[in-house]
Amino acid sequence: MSKVVIHAIYDDEEPLMASVKSLRSNGFQIKDAFTPFPVHGLDVAMGVPRTRIAICAFIYGITGTCLATLMMWYMMVHDWPTDVGGKPSFAYYMNVPAFIPITFESTVLCAAHGMAITFYLRSWLVPGAKAKNPDPRTTDDKFMMVVETKEENKANLESLLRTGGASEIHYK
Amino acid sequence: MTNLNYTFTSRTRNITFGLMAIGLITIIAAFATDTVAPDGFTADTYHHTRTWANLLVNSYFFMGIALLSTFFMALQYVAEVAWSVAVKRVYEAISSFLPIGATIMFLILLAGQVHLHDMYKFMDNDIITPGNPKYDEVIANKHGYFGAGDWFFWLRTVGYLVVWCLFQRGFIKRSLQQDIEGGTTLHFKQMGKAAAFLVFFAVTSSTSAWDWMMSLDIHWFSTMYGWYSFAGLWISAMITIILFVLYLKRRGYLEQVNDSHIHDLGKWVFAISFLWSYLWFMQYMLIWYTNIPEEIIYFQERLHDFHYMGLMWTVFALNFVFPMILLMSRDAKRNYFFLTFVGCIIFIGHWLDVFMMVMPSTVHGQWHLTWVEIGTALGFLGLFLFIVHKALTKAPLMIQKHPYLDETLHHHY
Repeated sequence: MSKVVIHAIYDDEEPLMASVKSLRSNGFQIKDAFTPFPVHGLDVAMGVPRTRIAICAFIYGITGTCLATLMMWYMMVHDWPTDVGGKPSFAYYMNVPAFIPITFESTVLCAAHGMAITFYLRSWLVPGAKAKNPDPRTTDDKFMMVVETKEENKANLESLLRTGGASEIHYK
Repeated sequence: MTNLNYTFTSRTRNITFGLMAIGLITIIAAFATDTVAPDGFTADTYHHTRTWANLLVNSYFFMGIALLSTFFMALQYVAEVAWSVAVKRVYEAISSFLPIGATIMFLILLAGQVHLHDMYKFMDNDIITPGNPKYDEVIANKHGYFGAGDWFFWLRTVGYLVVWCLFQRGFIKRSLQQDIEGGTTLHFKQMGKAAAFLVFFAVTSSTSAWDWMMSLDIHWFSTMYGWYSFAGLWISAMITIILFVLYLKRRGYLEQVNDSHIHDLGKWVFAISFLWSYLWFMQYMLIWYTNIPEEIIYFQERLHDFHYMGLMWTVFALNFVFPMILLMSRDAKRNYFFLTFVGCIIFIGHWLDVFMMVMPSTVHGQWHLTWVEIGTALGFLGLFLFIVHKALTKAPLMIQKHPYLDETLHHHY
């Protein structure tokens, strides 16, 4: 049994949302959607799982905190104890207020860069990557939904898309 | 839609009256018993200082909540915020405590002027008279700001309180009028007035903190102090707003408020607790680092001299570490139980923060956290809750007409 990929084009975000919902309630899976601007609630309607980037951010942040602490402990306490302003660094905890700003900055730096890099890699937005957008009009004023289904469901799907307000339907 | 108007049930009213009664009895009993000068004080320098200091803590804290609610209201107008329109009535009701809070604050300051208490050293004329045994050169040098027959101090004090109250009254009046008339004319007028209030408040939020709080340690000064107390009161106001919203929501009011509104309020609490922590820590770190005697005295008193250290770090942990860890995740900011729990804890945390601002400078080592402190706080809480509940009944909780009404009803994030 062969599979078909259908590109349905919409002129507005509301029919797209309605179509996504009606297709999902009829048991079809939406493969992807391309819109010129973020459509609120579309990810939920499509059944896209919640992003896990917040968990990554937390892990990167903790890493930054640990790295900064380790670095300052090694530099200021262990390797070359430094007496700044009459505060000799006998132990890390004694001068901890002085180390807080750097710990904070390092946490933010690692969390922000880690998140950005993870996002780029995960969505493969690397230098030289080919654009995955199948129709350049979706960067201007068209909205597209990509559905993959079995050959036998084609007619049913097409009628659903037509009643949902799709202005064009392409088979790939 | 049902439950448009809030009903102040007799049960709630009785609870607030009960709290007020506790407070009143405590204050009277405290004045009656708090007569013997403890160690470190002489009969000449101790005039019910513990009781007066308690009154000052509570009047500043609760007036501050109402004041910062007014500030938040003005901020929403100027920033043209739509989502907060759904909870507009709540922060308007909280701001209604301002006239009463301002009156109590004024009376407590006035009591200092007529020497019923001597928490404010600069109010004593002997201290600035050369040749007098009490003469203090440092205070005498601040004569231009604190002193000079005290007219400048009183001009400022009365000026802040009156102007704040007038602005607050105007905002509420126009807001209720707008609910009937609709349209944008009144809305733009509110925006203009709000911008004027913010400019006035930007200066007076700092100077009022210097005049009424920092002046308790009259020898000491910190450029961070104004913002630090501003941030502390702001987070207290945000917690009060969120607790009232959740309370009304549980009672079946505020149908227009959805999880996204609650999430946004939670984000404010999270963000402002960071602002407060940042300012608290920066004030501490700079003073700790330079270690100049005239500056370090503030933290010397609070950390080493009078056994406040445990309380001082508890306050910092409650108000920084606690909300940071518990409110970090998205789901926690949408969870009623979590928000109420964290809200109640940091409400107490920020009350303790004001306690830490006042007590080491007034009663020094002779501090307690027992019946006088708790009873007075409960009394003020009762009065505050009574006024806010009463204000909630004055207008429908659901906004009828507002330019952003449609947007706030569809707020979704």
